[in-house]
Amino acid sequence: MLSFILRRIFQSVLVLLVVGLVAFAMFRFVGDPIDTMLGQERTLEDIDRLREQLGLNKPFFIQYWDFLVRAVQGDLGISYRQGRPVAEIIAERLPATLELALVSGALALFFGIVLGIFTAIRRDGITANLVMSISLIGVSLPTFLIGVLLIYGFGVGIDIRIPFTDMTFNTGGMPTFGRGDTGEIFGWTTGFATWDGIQSIILPAITLGLYQMTLIMRLVRAEMLEVLRADYIRFARARGLGDRAINFRHALKNTMVPVITVTGLQLGSIIAFAIITETVFQWPGVGLLFINAIQFVDIPVMAAYLMLISVMFVAINLIVDLLYVFIDPRLRVS
Amino acid sequence: MTDTPDDIPAVSEARAQSRLARAWDSDVGYAFRHSPVAMISAIVTLTLILAAVFAPLIAPHDPFNPATLNLLNGLTAPGVPSAFTGETFLLGTDDQGRDVFSTILYGMRVSLFVGFAAVTFALVLGVTLGLIAAYVGGWTETIIMRIADIQLTFPSILVAMLIFGIAKGITPIEYRDQVAIAVLILAIGLSDWVQFARVVRGATLVEKNKEYVQAARLIGRSPFVIMARHILPNVLSPVLVIATISLALAIIAEATLSFLGVGAPPTEPSLGTLIRIGQTFLFSGNWWILVFPAATLLVLALSVNLLGDWLRDALNPRLR
Repeated sequence: MLSFILRRIFQSVLVLLVVGLVAFAMFRFVGDPIDTMLGQERTLEDIDRLREQLGLNKPFFIQYWDFLVRAVQGDLGISYRQGRPVAEIIAERLPATLELALVSGALALFFGIVLGIFTAIRRDGITANLVMSISLIGVSLPTFLIGVLLIYGFGVGIDIRIPFTDMTFNTGGMPTFGRGDTGEIFGWTTGFATWDGIQSIILPAITLGLYQMTLIMRLVRAEMLEVLRADYIRFARARGLGDRAINFRHALKNTMVPVITVTGLQLGSIIAFAIITETVFQWPGVGLLFINAIQFVDIPVMAAYLMLISVMFVAINLIVDLLYVFIDPRLRVS
Repeated sequence: MTDTPDDIPAVSEARAQSRLARAWDSDVGYAFRHSPVAMISAIVTLTLILAAVFAPLIAPHDPFNPATLNLLNGLTAPGVPSAFTGETFLLGTDDQGRDVFSTILYGMRVSLFVGFAAVTFALVLGVTLGLIAAYVGGWTETIIMRIADIQLTFPSILVAMLIFGIAKGITPIEYRDQVAIAVLILAIGLSDWVQFARVVRGATLVEKNKEYVQAARLIGRSPFVIMARHILPNVLSPVLVIATISLALAIIAEATLSFLGVGAPPTEPSLGTLIRIGQTFLFSGNWWILVFPAATLLVLALSVNLLGDWLRDALNPRLR
């Protein structure tokens, strides 16, 4: 048990070191930072001074070590494009992304589990089959298309004639651009403080969460169907327990183990797919920052985003692995 | 094989049939004939691929030849004659007067080309590394599979974006548009090889201890020949399934990257680029510039996906 935890932690550190090396190599070999940071009217002294200042004249591994030390201390370099410390820019943008990821994660989890249970219990019902068919389209629909279609349907809106009258009803009007007004709650700049901010998060959150929702739904359904066939469920039925007790107290509990694992791992994907959603809705988070960094080849921002994301991913994976051991007692023995 | 008796009816009959006919009669062929979903999605996929390949012949206009464009045709609605020139366009035109139907055909060409090329690249890389990892074992295996594990931690779209960004940084500005497609293929391919490597490694670990491999080793065939000629054909069927599903994913990945503006250059628009352009016309009510490319992408991805799903079930002996 202890050796398992230690081994997993060791692996995680190794992954982070490799990612750090990639990020550092980007700095070192993609373009010349001197070229990028100094304008055309530079002197040789300027170049030497900056090279000294950035430590570019030291050996490779010492530079790598310096880079890691600085990164751990939160010094992620200066954005080529904005000329400000990357850490400052990211700190400014991160709350927006975290809010979006949390809201859509919660939506996906809630509706995924509810619909999963529903389609499993009523597996032959018309509604359940309809939900399953629609979910298949949901899996094939790329995230950006979901976003664009939502903007079309609820932002721009479609005029619907109300039957038997001349009046039309427009489905649009939802905000589709940015975070809306933000306020501060306990020093955290958040969109939840204003009505405009809450309205603004709805469409992006649905866009981001829809794919994860279908995934969770299908998983819950499959697991639930598997569990409902098990002997102990039949025994519970024989004991005369009601449907409600069987479905929720006995079956659902055993369904949750894989759901927790997958949901945990999906949390990482949500943060990654936030890049797409943020671009579609011009949501001012770190994902949009990353895309702009790629477009303008802003290496420090790209490298910082890479490291930030990997720390999150590795941490999530580690936590999920450890949680798994605590949830499933069978794993503790071996 | 010269001494096979030709007078046995079953043997001569099987010989007379072509490869295609034999495939049609096989188990997979049987499953195919009895699955309407598979038939329909295969027909749709094939139609779209043919339409893309023969785009120059089918397309009513050449969208990239400025000489044939007439700005007066700009923003004509589908099926309605243009107010200025009286020309009618099946799916309407964009702001430059380009026929949307033609741009979709040409866009599909780019999308499918990038998709196929990326999957081929991922397949060759993944299968090779998977075979080597399983057959050679030891340190080689540990290194290859550890890299695969690390890469699997990150979503492939993120890996593709990152590779695209780095490649963009390395190439000089004046060449960026020219190499963009190649970089796109490289990025999507590199983000997708892990699946192939893992499956092939798993299958090879089983196969390499079987008698026919030992026999081949005993008669002194080289490891390369054993891997390529003996093991490879026996591990290919799961590879085929992953390749099909990967194709759908690669097409979507390409569209996503192009939509985000980090993919195909404006000179060679793919379906994703077309959707990106179409999105800007949403608020002015010119829905056709967005909706038709989006629908094409959806139908393409969905039919390839369904085909992959079906293939997985059909080739899985446990489900028979």
